[in-house]
Amino acid sequence: MRVNLTVNGRAETADGVWEGESLLYVLRERLGLPGSKNACEQGECGSCTVYLDGLPVCACLVAAGQAEGREVRTVEGLADGDRLDPVQEAFVECGAVQCGFCTPGLVVQAHDLLERVPEPSDPEIREALAGNLCRCTGYEKIMDAVRLAAARKAAR
Amino acid sequence: MEFLRPATWEEALAAKADVPGAVPLQGGTDVMVEINFDVRRPAALLDLGAITSLSDWEVAADGRVRVGAAVPYARIITELGDRLPGLAQASRTVGSPQIRNRGSVGGNLGAASPAGDSHPPLLAGDAVIEAESAAGGVRMIPADTFYTGVKRNALRPDELIRAFWMSPATGPQYFSKVGTRNAMVIAVCSFAVALHPRERRAGTGLGSAAPTPRRARAAEDFLAAELDWDGAAPLTGPLLARFGELAAEAASPIDDVRGTAAYRRHAVAVMARRTLGWAWNDYRERVASCA
Ligand SMILES: Cc1cc2nc3c(=O)[nH]c(=O)nc-3n(C[C@H](O)[C@H](O)[C@H](O)COP(=O)(O)OP(=O)(O)OC[C@H]3O[C@@H](n4cnc5c(N)ncnc54)[C@H](O)[C@@H]3O)c2cc1C
Ligand code: FES
Ligand code: FES
Repeated sequence: MRVNLTVNGRAETADGVWEGESLLYVLRERLGLPGSKNACEQGECGSCTVYLDGLPVCACLVAAGQAEGREVRTVEGLADGDRLDPVQEAFVECGAVQCGFCTPGLVVQAHDLLERVPEPSDPEIREALAGNLCRCTGYEKIMDAVRLAAARKAAR
Repeated sequence: MEFLRPATWEEALAAKADVPGAVPLQGGTDVMVEINFDVRRPAALLDLGAITSLSDWEVAADGRVRVGAAVPYARIITELGDRLPGLAQASRTVGSPQIRNRGSVGGNLGAASPAGDSHPPLLAGDAVIEAESAAGGVRMIPADTFYTGVKRNALRPDELIRAFWMSPATGPQYFSKVGTRNAMVIAVCSFAVALHPRERRAGTGLGSAAPTPRRARAAEDFLAAELDWDGAAPLTGPLLARFGELAAEAASPIDDVRGTAAYRRHAVAVMARRTLGWAWNDYRERVASCA
């Protein structure tokens, strides 16, 4: 089947999509956007997190056909040209990226948190990131990164 | 596989009648896992996402809240926390924010897992499920009779869930869940209590403690007889203990990877005592502040 959707502000069409295919597969394999990672395909790790009509969701659990006519924003769509989003910047600076597999999902989820809650408490950060697994960092640097990004965004 | 995308509720009912094997797809948080892992290869997916009325809720003429099957947990928490506090608490424990943005009570009912978190508060709050088919019209199914077996429900092959109905809380409601960590966890077991002061009774719901979610009726009857609604006297230790015992007796749990039957029974008793304690404290405060 054919699926039409908007990704990072651009109208896209994917052809020959299998009816049971996930949005994640369409993004990565058909539209050449490998930012969102495929790790578990069962909603457990959060590494495939993207915005769907403005809400962060696991792209692996959205059927491609459900994205018909909708707006998707991936980690690739957060930066402003060459200028990284403050969340991305903070992840790099704080050492919250090691192997980087979890990073795109965490960045999207943290980005959403800061859009809704500009000055989150630590429990709020932990709750927001509870669906994103990282096996490298031990999460402390990720917490640092979100706190730093919040401070920077507030200063802007 | 076919991908059906009805634009209206009537079209959806017609499609379900034509292709009874079509699997309804709401948030997809249960269905897509099965498809990704090749557990299920249905003849067709019936995507209900285009039917926007399923994502609305309203207060009906009789004062009850009618919540569309697709209203995601995230919105139950933010929009219905005051009217349906028990369900909102349970919704907060479902999966992660990403799952709560997509997952719905309609999907939880469709999956009918004994561990589904919405079921205990639906039972405690006397929810009624509105199902409909093209041939049979609307059927109102009390939550009590909706769960028929492990992952089985009372829906007929041509029926879809349109909404559920619940009266806004008139008393405190609590949900409690045991899991191996704080977030992203399937319940080892769970318990919900709802006080209904006007009717001088309490509702209960057990999760993950029997083949289906179920009420602890003997425990409810006990509370109806014993609670001091007018004086709002503090609960006694023996009353709490007896309530816990009766709640645990309603369970018929199994040993599995998440917990033993004995542990589950014990945990149900503890959760029953605690949730009732919290609820009754709130009730006493309300009575005191009205006096
Ligand atoms: C990582 C992860 C964590 C989870 N954690 C929890 C948790 O903590 N607690 C919990 O309870 N659940 C949990 N779940 C399971 C799932 O999120 C819930 O069961 C959710 O409520 C399903 O809703 P949905 O809209 O996504 O359903 P879907 O996946 O779209 O559908 C689920 C079932 O219901 C049927 N169905 C859907 N809509 C209708 C309808 N209108 N009429 C008839 N049948 C219908 C479908 O055919 C399917 O059988 C988790 C899932 C994942 C992937
Ligand atoms: S790949 Fe989607 S949550 Fe893990
Ligand atoms: S940095 Fe390796 S999984 Fe998080």
